[in-house]
Amino acid sequence: MSLSAIFPPELTPDITAVTVRGLSFYRDGRPIFDRVDLDIPRGKVTAIMGPSGTGKTTLLQLISGQLRPDAGRIEVDGVCVHELQRRDLYQLRQRMGMLFQSGALFTDLSVFENVAFPLREHTRLPETLIRTLVLMKLEAVGLRGARDLMPAQLSGGMARRVALARAIALDPLMILYDEPFAGQDPISMAVLVKLIRTLNDALGLTSIIVSHDVKETVAIADYLYLISAGRVVEHGTPRDLDCSASPWVDQFMHARPDGPMSFHYPAPPYFSDLLAEASA
Amino acid sequence: MMAWLAGMGGFVLDRLVRLGRANLFLLRLLGALRFLFQRPGLLIKQLYVVGVLSLPIILVSGLFVGMVLGLQGYANLVDFGATSSLGTVVALSLIRELGPVLTALLYAGRAGSALTAEIGLMKATEQLASMQMMAVDPFQRVLAPRFLAGCIAVPILTGIFTAVGILGGYVVSVIQLGVDGGAFWAQMQAKVQLFADVGNGVLIKSAVFGLLANWVALFEGYEALPTSEGVSRATTRTVVTTSLAVLGWDFLLTALMFGDW
Repeated sequence: MSLSAIFPPELTPDITAVTVRGLSFYRDGRPIFDRVDLDIPRGKVTAIMGPSGTGKTTLLQLISGQLRPDAGRIEVDGVCVHELQRRDLYQLRQRMGMLFQSGALFTDLSVFENVAFPLREHTRLPETLIRTLVLMKLEAVGLRGARDLMPAQLSGGMARRVALARAIALDPLMILYDEPFAGQDPISMAVLVKLIRTLNDALGLTSIIVSHDVKETVAIADYLYLISAGRVVEHGTPRDLDCSASPWVDQFMHARPDGPMSFHYPAPPYFSDLLAEASA
Repeated sequence: MMAWLAGMGGFVLDRLVRLGRANLFLLRLLGALRFLFQRPGLLIKQLYVVGVLSLPIILVSGLFVGMVLGLQGYANLVDFGATSSLGTVVALSLIRELGPVLTALLYAGRAGSALTAEIGLMKATEQLASMQMMAVDPFQRVLAPRFLAGCIAVPILTGIFTAVGILGGYVVSVIQLGVDGGAFWAQMQAKVQLFADVGNGVLIKSAVFGLLANWVALFEGYEALPTSEGVSRATTRTVVTTSLAVLGWDFLLTALMFGDW
Protein backbone atom coordinates (compact mmCIF):
# COMPACT_ATOMS: atom_id res chain seq x y z
CA MET A 1 0.00 0.00 0.00
CA SER A 2 1.40 3.42 -0.89
CA LEU A 3 1.98 6.13 1.68
CA SER A 4 -0.43 8.51 0.02
CA ALA A 5 -3.20 5.97 0.47
CA ILE A 6 -2.53 5.75 4.19
CA PHE A 7 -1.80 9.40 4.92
CA PRO A 8 -3.92 11.65 2.65
CA PRO A 9 -1.84 14.46 1.07
CA GLU A 10 -4.23 17.16 2.23
CA LEU A 11 -3.33 16.27 5.80
CA THR A 12 0.41 16.05 5.23
CA PRO A 13 1.64 18.33 2.43
CA ASP A 14 4.83 17.09 0.79
CA ILE A 15 4.19 13.69 2.25
CA THR A 16 7.64 12.16 2.43
CA ALA A 17 10.39 13.56 4.64
CA VAL A 18 12.96 10.96 3.60
CA THR A 19 13.14 9.10 0.30
CA VAL A 20 15.55 6.24 -0.23
CA ARG A 21 15.92 4.76 -3.70
CA GLY A 22 18.09 1.84 -4.79
CA LEU A 23 20.29 2.06 -1.70
CA SER A 24 23.25 -0.31 -1.70
CA PHE A 25 25.90 -0.26 0.99
CA TYR A 26 28.81 -2.62 1.57
CA ARG A 27 31.04 -3.06 4.60
CA ASP A 28 34.31 -4.96 4.09
CA GLY A 29 32.87 -6.30 0.83
CA ARG A 30 29.78 -7.68 2.62
CA PRO A 31 26.45 -6.24 1.42
CA ILE A 32 24.56 -4.51 4.24
CA PHE A 33 21.86 -3.09 1.94
CA ASP A 34 21.03 -4.29 -1.54
CA ARG A 35 18.88 -1.92 -3.63
CA VAL A 36 16.63 -0.82 -0.77
CA ASP A 37 13.70 1.57 -1.31
CA LEU A 38 12.09 3.43 1.61
CA ASP A 39 9.73 6.36 2.15
CA ILE A 40 9.52 8.00 5.58
CA PRO A 41 6.25 9.95 5.94
CA ARG A 42 6.43 13.48 7.27
CA GLY A 43 4.99 14.19 10.71
CA LYS A 44 4.67 10.53 11.62
CA VAL A 45 6.49 8.00 13.75
CA THR A 46 8.13 5.48 11.42
CA ALA A 47 9.85 2.42 12.83
CA ILE A 48 12.56 0.45 11.09
CA MET A 49 12.73 -2.96 12.63
CA GLY A 50 14.64 -6.13 12.13
CA PRO A 51 16.87 -8.61 13.91
CA SER A 52 20.20 -7.54 15.41
CA GLY A 53 22.96 -7.01 12.89
CA THR A 54 20.74 -6.21 9.92
CA GLY A 55 22.10 -2.69 9.53
CA LYS A 56 19.36 -0.64 11.21
CA THR A 57 21.82 1.75 12.82
CA THR A 58 23.77 1.89 9.56
CA LEU A 59 20.57 3.03 7.85
CA LEU A 60 20.24 5.93 10.31
CA GLN A 61 23.88 6.85 9.68
CA LEU A 62 23.20 6.84 5.94
CA ILE A 63 20.09 9.00 6.30
CA SER A 64 21.95 11.50 8.48
CA GLY A 65 24.93 11.63 6.12
CA GLN A 66 27.42 10.05 8.53
CA LEU A 67 28.01 7.35 5.90
CA ARG A 68 27.88 7.48 2.10
CA PRO A 69 26.01 4.83 0.13
CA ASP A 70 27.84 2.75 -2.49
CA ALA A 71 24.86 3.12 -4.83
CA GLY A 72 21.43 4.72 -4.80
CA ARG A 73 20.05 7.98 -3.52
CA ILE A 74 18.95 9.26 -0.11
CA GLU A 75 16.93 12.47 0.00
CA VAL A 76 15.97 14.36 3.15
CA ASP A 77 13.50 17.17 2.53
CA GLY A 78 14.19 16.76 -1.18
CA VAL A 79 17.95 17.24 -0.75
CA CYS A 80 20.34 14.44 -1.65
CA VAL A 81 22.23 14.00 1.62
CA HIS A 82 25.39 12.33 0.35
CA GLU A 83 25.96 14.93 -2.36
CA LEU A 84 26.09 17.82 0.11
CA GLN A 85 29.28 19.67 1.03
CA ARG A 86 30.13 19.57 4.76
CA ARG A 87 28.78 23.08 5.36
CA ASP A 88 25.43 22.29 3.70
CA LEU A 89 25.21 18.97 5.50
CA TYR A 90 25.68 20.75 8.83
CA GLN A 91 22.95 23.22 7.84
CA LEU A 92 20.63 20.27 7.20
CA ARG A 93 21.60 18.62 10.48
CA GLN A 94 20.51 21.69 12.42
CA ARG A 95 17.02 20.56 11.45
CA MET A 96 17.67 16.98 12.56
CA GLY A 97 18.16 15.52 16.01
CA MET A 98 19.55 12.12 16.78
CA LEU A 99 19.26 10.04 19.92
CA PHE A 100 22.23 7.69 20.07
CA GLN A 101 21.94 4.25 21.59
CA SER A 102 24.48 5.15 24.26
CA GLY A 103 23.07 8.65 24.80
CA ALA A 104 26.50 10.04 23.78
CA LEU A 105 26.38 12.78 26.42
CA PHE A 106 29.53 14.85 26.84
CA THR A 107 31.06 13.41 29.98
CA ASP A 108 32.85 16.61 30.98
CA LEU A 109 29.64 18.68 30.94
CA SER A 110 26.73 18.66 33.40
CA VAL A 111 23.21 17.75 32.36
CA PHE A 112 22.36 21.44 32.00
CA GLU A 113 25.45 22.17 29.89
CA ASN A 114 24.82 19.13 27.69
CA VAL A 115 21.35 20.38 26.80
CA ALA A 116 22.61 23.95 26.42
CA PHE A 117 25.45 22.81 24.12
CA PRO A 118 23.63 23.06 20.74
CA LEU A 119 22.02 26.35 21.81
CA ARG A 120 25.37 27.87 22.69
CA GLU A 121 26.96 26.59 19.48
CA HIS A 122 24.28 27.72 17.04
CA THR A 123 22.59 30.72 18.60
CA ARG A 124 23.63 33.97 20.22
CA LEU A 125 20.84 33.92 22.76
CA PRO A 126 21.34 35.67 26.10
CA GLU A 127 22.18 33.43 29.03
CA THR A 128 18.80 33.96 30.71
CA LEU A 129 16.97 32.74 27.61
CA ILE A 130 19.27 29.74 27.25
CA ARG A 131 18.54 28.86 30.87
CA THR A 132 14.81 29.08 30.28
CA LEU A 133 14.99 26.94 27.13
CA VAL A 134 17.15 24.30 28.78
CA LEU A 135 14.82 24.07 31.76
CA MET A 136 11.83 23.73 29.40
CA LYS A 137 13.51 20.88 27.52
CA LEU A 138 14.53 19.16 30.75
CA GLU A 139 11.01 19.59 32.12
CA ALA A 140 9.67 17.89 28.99
CA VAL A 141 11.73 14.79 29.77
CA GLY A 142 11.10 15.02 33.51
CA LEU A 143 14.68 15.78 34.52
CA ARG A 144 14.62 19.46 35.43
CA GLY A 145 15.71 18.50 38.94
CA ALA A 146 18.77 16.65 37.61
CA ARG A 147 20.25 19.67 35.84
CA ASP A 148 23.36 19.83 38.01
CA LEU A 149 24.23 16.13 37.82
CA MET A 150 27.10 14.86 35.71
CA PRO A 151 26.45 12.13 33.09
CA ALA A 152 28.33 9.57 35.22
CA GLN A 153 25.73 10.08 37.97
CA LEU A 154 22.78 9.23 35.69
CA SER A 155 21.13 5.84 35.14
CA GLY A 156 20.92 4.54 31.57
CA GLY A 157 17.30 5.64 31.23
CA MET A 158 18.00 9.10 32.61
CA ALA A 159 20.99 9.54 30.28
CA ARG A 160 18.79 8.64 27.33
CA ARG A 161 16.19 11.21 28.41
CA VAL A 162 18.84 13.92 28.80
CA ALA A 163 20.10 13.03 25.33
CA LEU A 164 16.53 13.37 24.08
CA ALA A 165 16.24 16.82 25.66
CA ARG A 166 19.50 17.79 23.92
CA ALA A 167 18.24 16.37 20.61
CA ILE A 168 15.16 18.61 20.73
CA ALA A 169 17.03 21.68 22.01
CA LEU A 170 17.08 23.35 18.60
CA ASP A 171 13.47 22.35 17.82
CA PRO A 172 14.37 20.04 14.91
CA LEU A 173 11.91 18.91 12.27
CA MET A 174 13.07 15.31 12.43
CA ILE A 175 14.48 13.05 15.13
CA LEU A 176 16.29 9.77 14.56
CA TYR A 177 16.16 7.31 17.46
CA ASP A 178 18.77 4.56 17.56
CA GLU A 179 17.51 1.67 19.71
CA PRO A 180 15.85 3.99 22.26
CA PHE A 181 14.46 1.11 24.36
CA ALA A 182 17.52 -1.13 24.51
CA GLY A 183 18.58 -2.04 28.04
CA GLN A 184 15.84 -0.01 29.76
CA ASP A 185 13.93 -1.09 32.84
CA PRO A 186 10.13 -1.36 32.36
CA ILE A 187 9.38 2.04 33.89
CA SER A 188 12.06 3.88 31.88
CA MET A 189 10.87 2.10 28.78
CA ALA A 190 7.25 3.10 29.34
CA VAL A 191 8.35 6.71 29.97
CA LEU A 192 10.41 6.78 26.79
CA VAL A 193 7.63 5.23 24.70
CA LYS A 194 5.17 7.87 25.90
CA LEU A 195 7.73 10.64 25.54
CA ILE A 196 8.60 9.83 21.93
CA ARG A 197 4.95 9.80 20.89
CA THR A 198 4.10 12.94 22.87
CA LEU A 199 7.06 14.90 21.52
CA ASN A 200 6.30 13.83 17.97
CA ASP A 201 2.70 15.02 18.21
CA ALA A 202 3.30 18.13 20.30
CA LEU A 203 6.22 19.43 18.23
CA GLY A 204 4.99 18.21 14.85
CA LEU A 205 8.14 16.15 14.30
CA THR A 206 9.02 13.38 11.92
CA SER A 207 10.37 10.51 14.00
CA ILE A 208 12.38 7.54 12.76
CA ILE A 209 12.88 4.79 15.30
CA VAL A 210 15.29 1.96 14.79
CA SER A 211 14.52 -0.87 17.18
CA HIS A 212 13.94 -4.57 17.65
CA ASP A 213 11.65 -4.12 20.63
CA VAL A 214 8.44 -5.10 18.85
CA LYS A 215 5.82 -4.41 21.53
CA GLU A 216 7.02 -0.94 22.47
CA THR A 217 7.74 0.17 18.92
CA VAL A 218 4.47 -1.07 17.47
CA ALA A 219 2.63 0.76 20.25
CA ILE A 220 3.72 4.17 18.99
CA ALA A 221 4.62 3.69 15.30
CA ASP A 222 2.38 4.91 12.51
CA TYR A 223 4.31 3.01 9.88
CA LEU A 224 6.73 0.08 9.99
CA TYR A 225 9.52 -1.23 7.81
CA LEU A 226 10.92 -4.68 8.48
CA ILE A 227 14.38 -5.27 7.09
CA SER A 228 16.50 -8.37 6.98
CA ALA A 229 19.52 -9.55 5.00
CA GLY A 230 19.90 -6.16 3.34
CA ARG A 231 16.36 -5.91 1.99
CA VAL A 232 12.97 -4.56 3.03
CA VAL A 233 10.98 -7.69 3.83
CA GLU A 234 7.66 -5.98 4.55
CA HIS A 235 6.23 -2.56 5.28
CA GLY A 236 2.92 -1.07 6.28
CA THR A 237 0.93 0.06 9.28
CA PRO A 238 1.18 -1.97 12.49
CA ARG A 239 -2.22 -3.48 11.73
CA ASP A 240 -1.08 -4.54 8.23
CA LEU A 241 2.00 -6.25 9.59
CA ASP A 242 0.16 -7.90 12.42
CA CYS A 243 -2.09 -9.57 9.86
CA SER A 244 0.68 -10.31 7.36
CA ALA A 245 0.71 -13.75 5.78
CA SER A 246 4.49 -13.72 5.49
CA PRO A 247 6.00 -16.42 7.75
CA TRP A 248 9.06 -14.18 8.28
CA VAL A 249 6.91 -11.28 9.47
CA ASP A 250 4.88 -13.60 11.63
CA GLN A 251 8.01 -15.02 13.26
CA PHE A 252 9.51 -11.57 13.95
CA MET A 253 6.36 -9.75 15.05
CA HIS A 254 5.29 -12.55 17.39
CA ALA A 255 8.80 -13.48 18.57
CA ARG A 256 8.49 -17.13 17.54
CA PRO A 257 11.65 -19.23 18.01
CA ASP A 258 10.89 -21.33 14.90
CA GLY A 259 10.48 -19.92 11.44
CA PRO A 260 12.32 -18.95 8.28
CA MET A 261 14.75 -16.75 10.17
CA SER A 262 17.65 -18.82 11.46
CA PHE A 263 19.04 -18.34 14.96
CA HIS A 264 22.48 -19.46 13.79
CA TYR A 265 25.01 -17.39 11.90
CA PRO A 266 25.83 -19.08 8.55
CA ALA A 267 28.27 -21.94 9.20
CA PRO A 268 29.34 -25.29 7.72
CA PRO A 269 27.42 -28.39 8.91
CA TYR A 270 27.84 -28.89 12.65
CA PHE A 271 28.92 -32.54 12.45
CA SER A 272 31.59 -31.98 9.79
CA ASP A 273 32.83 -28.92 11.69
CA LEU A 274 33.30 -30.98 14.86
CA LEU A 275 35.09 -33.76 12.98
CA ALA A 276 37.35 -31.37 11.04
CA GLU A 277 39.70 -30.89 14.00
CA ALA A 278 39.95 -34.61 14.67
CA SER A 279 40.72 -35.50 11.05
CA ALA A 280 43.28 -32.67 10.82
CA MET B 1 59.35 -15.89 -0.38
CA MET B 2 56.58 -14.43 -2.53
CA ALA B 3 54.24 -14.40 0.44
CA TRP B 4 56.89 -12.56 2.48
CA LEU B 5 57.37 -10.01 -0.29
CA ALA B 6 53.62 -9.56 -0.64
CA GLY B 7 53.36 -9.10 3.12
CA MET B 8 56.11 -6.50 3.11
CA GLY B 9 54.51 -4.71 0.16
CA GLY B 10 51.17 -4.68 1.93
CA PHE B 11 52.77 -3.31 5.09
CA VAL B 12 54.53 -0.52 3.19
CA LEU B 13 51.35 0.39 1.33
CA ASP B 14 49.40 0.47 4.61
CA ARG B 15 52.02 2.79 6.13
CA LEU B 16 51.89 5.09 3.10
CA VAL B 17 48.10 5.24 3.19
CA ARG B 18 48.23 6.05 6.91
CA LEU B 19 50.84 8.75 6.31
CA GLY B 20 48.58 10.27 3.64
CA ARG B 21 45.63 10.21 6.03
CA ALA B 22 47.76 11.83 8.73
CA ASN B 23 48.72 14.64 6.35
CA LEU B 24 45.11 15.23 5.31
CA PHE B 25 44.21 15.24 9.01
CA LEU B 26 46.86 17.91 9.67
CA LEU B 27 45.62 20.05 6.78
CA ARG B 28 42.05 19.91 8.09
CA LEU B 29 43.31 20.68 11.57
CA LEU B 30 45.24 23.74 10.37
CA GLY B 31 42.17 24.91 8.47
CA ALA B 32 40.08 24.66 11.66
CA LEU B 33 42.45 26.89 13.67
CA ARG B 34 40.81 30.11 12.51
CA PHE B 35 37.68 29.09 14.45
CA LEU B 36 39.67 29.78 17.64
CA PHE B 37 39.58 33.53 16.95
CA GLN B 38 35.84 33.32 17.64
CA ARG B 39 36.22 31.08 20.71
CA PRO B 40 39.48 31.92 22.52
CA GLY B 41 38.06 30.45 25.72
CA LEU B 42 38.41 26.95 24.30
CA LEU B 43 42.13 27.55 23.70
CA ILE B 44 42.71 28.95 27.19
CA LYS B 45 41.02 25.95 28.81
CA GLN B 46 43.23 23.55 26.86
CA LEU B 47 46.35 25.58 27.64
CA TYR B 48 45.57 24.92 31.27
CA VAL B 49 44.93 21.20 30.68
CA VAL B 50 47.96 20.39 28.52
CA GLY B 51 50.32 23.12 29.74
CA VAL B 52 49.73 24.06 33.36
CA LEU B 53 48.91 20.52 34.44
CA SER B 54 52.17 19.30 32.85
CA LEU B 55 54.21 21.71 34.98
CA PRO B 56 54.88 19.40 37.97
CA ILE B 57 56.53 16.67 35.87
CA ILE B 58 58.47 19.24 33.85
CA LEU B 59 59.72 21.10 36.94
CA VAL B 60 60.79 17.99 38.84
CA SER B 61 62.38 16.33 35.79
CA GLY B 62 64.20 19.52 34.80
CA LEU B 63 65.61 19.95 38.27
CA PHE B 64 66.95 16.39 38.46
CA VAL B 65 68.35 16.42 34.93
CA GLY B 66 70.21 19.66 35.69
CA MET B 67 71.53 18.25 38.96
CA VAL B 68 72.77 15.09 37.24
CA LEU B 69 74.45 17.19 34.53
CA GLY B 70 76.17 19.22 37.24
CA LEU B 71 77.45 16.08 38.97
CA GLN B 72 78.58 14.33 35.77
CA GLY B 73 80.12 17.47 34.32
CA TYR B 74 82.04 18.17 37.52
CA ALA B 75 83.36 14.58 37.71
CA ASN B 76 84.77 14.88 34.18
CA LEU B 77 85.99 18.49 34.24
CA VAL B 78 87.67 18.43 37.63
CA ASP B 79 90.53 16.24 36.26
CA PHE B 80 91.39 18.98 33.79
CA GLY B 81 90.88 21.85 36.20
CA ALA B 82 88.11 23.13 33.95
CA THR B 83 85.24 23.22 36.44
CA SER B 84 84.71 26.89 35.66
CA SER B 85 83.24 25.71 32.32
CA LEU B 86 80.58 23.71 34.12
CA GLY B 87 77.96 26.42 33.61
CA THR B 88 78.51 26.31 29.87
CA VAL B 89 78.35 22.52 29.74
CA VAL B 90 75.10 22.39 31.72
CA ALA B 91 73.49 25.27 29.82
CA LEU B 92 74.45 24.16 26.30
CA SER B 93 73.45 20.54 26.97
CA LEU B 94 70.06 21.65 28.20
CA ILE B 95 69.39 24.43 25.70
CA ARG B 96 70.52 22.61 22.57
CA GLU B 97 69.43 19.03 23.26
CA LEU B 98 68.12 17.81 26.57
CA GLY B 99 65.60 20.58 27.15
CA PRO B 100 63.67 20.27 23.87
CA VAL B 101 64.00 16.47 23.56
CA LEU B 102 63.20 15.49 27.14
CA THR B 103 60.35 17.99 27.37
CA ALA B 104 58.82 16.56 24.19
CA LEU B 105 59.21 12.99 25.47
CA LEU B 106 57.72 13.88 28.87
CA TYR B 107 54.92 15.81 27.15
CA ALA B 108 54.14 12.79 24.94
CA GLY B 109 53.95 10.55 27.99
CA ARG B 110 51.89 12.91 30.13
CA ALA B 111 49.71 15.05 27.82
CA GLY B 112 49.98 13.28 24.44
CA SER B 113 48.78 9.94 25.76
CA ALA B 114 45.96 11.71 27.61
CA LEU B 115 44.90 13.52 24.42
CA THR B 116 44.82 10.24 22.48
CA ALA B 117 42.83 8.46 25.17
CA GLU B 118 40.39 11.38 25.48
CA ILE B 119 39.72 11.67 21.74
CA GLY B 120 39.62 7.89 21.31
CA LEU B 121 37.08 7.52 24.11
CA MET B 122 35.00 10.41 22.75
CA LYS B 123 34.90 8.49 19.49
CA ALA B 124 34.14 5.15 21.16
CA THR B 125 31.27 6.66 23.18
CA GLU B 126 29.85 8.40 20.08
CA GLN B 127 30.47 11.88 21.52
CA LEU B 128 32.23 13.00 18.34
CA ALA B 129 29.44 11.54 16.19
CA SER B 130 26.78 13.24 18.32
CA MET B 131 28.67 16.53 17.96
CA GLN B 132 28.64 16.11 14.17
CA MET B 133 24.92 15.32 14.31
CA MET B 134 24.44 18.62 16.16
CA ALA B 135 26.16 20.29 13.19
CA VAL B 136 29.25 21.07 15.26
CA ASP B 137 32.58 20.25 13.63
CA PRO B 138 34.78 18.30 16.09
CA PHE B 139 37.85 19.60 14.27
CA GLN B 140 36.92 23.13 15.24
CA ARG B 141 35.39 22.48 18.65
CA VAL B 142 37.56 19.66 20.02
CA LEU B 143 40.73 19.05 18.02
CA ALA B 144 41.93 22.52 17.00
CA PRO B 145 41.98 23.99 20.55
CA ARG B 146 43.96 21.00 21.83
CA PHE B 147 46.38 21.15 18.91
CA LEU B 148 47.14 24.86 19.17
CA ALA B 149 47.32 24.75 22.97
CA GLY B 150 49.83 21.90 22.76
CA CYS B 151 51.90 23.70 20.14
CA ILE B 152 52.05 26.79 22.36
CA ALA B 153 52.65 24.84 25.57
CA VAL B 154 55.61 22.70 24.46
CA PRO B 155 58.05 25.60 23.75
CA ILE B 156 57.05 27.30 27.02
CA LEU B 157 57.48 24.03 28.93
CA THR B 158 60.86 23.58 27.22
CA GLY B 159 61.95 27.03 28.39
CA ILE B 160 60.84 26.23 31.94
CA PHE B 161 62.52 22.80 31.85
CA THR B 162 65.78 24.36 30.67
CA ALA B 163 65.71 27.19 33.24
CA VAL B 164 64.98 24.84 36.12
CA GLY B 165 67.66 22.45 34.83
CA ILE B 166 70.28 25.22 34.86
CA LEU B 167 69.18 26.09 38.38
CA GLY B 168 69.58 22.42 39.39
CA GLY B 169 73.05 22.39 37.86
CA TYR B 170 73.91 25.56 39.78
CA VAL B 171 72.71 24.14 43.10
CA VAL B 172 74.83 20.99 42.71
CA SER B 173 77.96 22.50 41.24
CA VAL B 174 78.15 25.82 43.11
CA ILE B 175 76.41 25.19 46.41
CA GLN B 176 77.29 21.52 46.90
CA LEU B 177 80.58 21.00 45.01
CA GLY B 178 82.08 24.45 45.53
CA VAL B 179 82.50 25.61 41.93
CA ASP B 180 82.89 29.38 41.72
CA GLY B 181 79.49 30.94 41.19
CA GLY B 182 80.79 33.93 39.25
CA ALA B 183 82.66 31.68 36.83
CA PHE B 184 79.60 29.46 36.46
CA TRP B 185 77.41 32.33 35.26
CA ALA B 186 80.12 34.28 33.43
CA GLN B 187 81.22 31.30 31.29
CA MET B 188 77.61 30.55 30.49
CA GLN B 189 76.94 34.15 29.51
CA ALA B 190 80.02 34.21 27.30
CA LYS B 191 79.44 30.94 25.47
CA VAL B 192 75.67 30.65 25.08
CA GLN B 193 74.35 32.60 22.09
CA LEU B 194 70.81 33.89 21.99
CA PHE B 195 69.86 33.06 18.40
CA ALA B 196 72.24 30.19 17.58
CA ASP B 197 71.61 28.26 20.80
CA VAL B 198 68.43 29.47 22.51
CA GLY B 199 66.65 30.31 19.23
CA ASN B 200 67.51 27.03 17.53
CA GLY B 201 67.20 24.80 20.57
CA VAL B 202 64.50 26.13 22.83
CA LEU B 203 62.38 27.82 20.15
CA ILE B 204 62.67 26.06 16.79
CA LYS B 205 63.33 22.51 17.98
CA SER B 206 60.63 22.62 20.63
CA ALA B 207 58.15 24.15 18.17
CA VAL B 208 58.79 21.27 15.74
CA PHE B 209 58.56 18.69 18.52
CA GLY B 210 55.38 20.29 19.84
CA LEU B 211 53.76 20.08 16.42
CA LEU B 212 54.85 16.45 16.02
CA ALA B 213 53.70 15.40 19.50
CA ASN B 214 50.25 16.98 19.20
CA TRP B 215 49.70 15.93 15.60
CA VAL B 216 50.51 12.30 16.41
CA ALA B 217 48.44 12.30 19.63
CA LEU B 218 45.31 13.75 18.04
CA PHE B 219 45.59 11.69 14.86
CA GLU B 220 46.00 8.43 16.79
CA GLY B 221 43.00 9.29 18.98
CA TYR B 222 40.84 10.24 16.01
CA GLU B 223 41.78 7.10 14.08
CA ALA B 224 41.54 4.76 17.09
CA LEU B 225 39.27 1.76 16.79
CA PRO B 226 36.21 2.53 18.95
CA THR B 227 36.91 -0.25 21.44
CA SER B 228 38.82 -0.38 24.73
CA GLU B 229 41.60 -2.36 23.04
CA GLY B 230 41.67 0.11 20.12
CA VAL B 231 42.06 3.11 22.44
CA SER B 232 44.72 1.30 24.45
CA ARG B 233 46.74 0.48 21.32
CA ALA B 234 46.36 4.04 20.01
CA THR B 235 47.67 5.44 23.30
CA THR B 236 50.71 3.18 23.16
CA ARG B 237 51.31 4.11 19.51
CA THR B 238 51.21 7.80 20.43
CA VAL B 239 54.05 7.48 22.93
CA VAL B 240 56.15 5.19 20.71
CA THR B 241 55.62 7.17 17.47
CA THR B 242 56.18 10.55 19.13
CA SER B 243 59.35 9.36 20.86
CA LEU B 244 60.82 7.98 17.63
CA ALA B 245 59.72 11.01 15.60
CA VAL B 246 61.19 13.43 18.13
CA LEU B 247 64.53 11.59 18.27
CA GLY B 248 64.71 11.27 14.47
CA TRP B 249 63.82 14.90 13.88
CA ASP B 250 66.25 15.95 16.61
CA PHE B 251 69.08 14.37 14.65
CA LEU B 252 67.98 16.10 11.45
CA LEU B 253 67.57 19.49 13.12
CA THR B 254 70.85 19.18 15.02
CA ALA B 255 72.66 18.34 11.79
CA LEU B 256 71.11 21.36 10.10
CA MET B 257 71.61 23.78 12.99
CA PHE B 258 74.89 22.75 14.54
CA GLY B 259 76.43 20.27 12.04
CA ASP B 260 79.41 21.35 10.01
CA TRP B 261 77.90 20.37 6.62
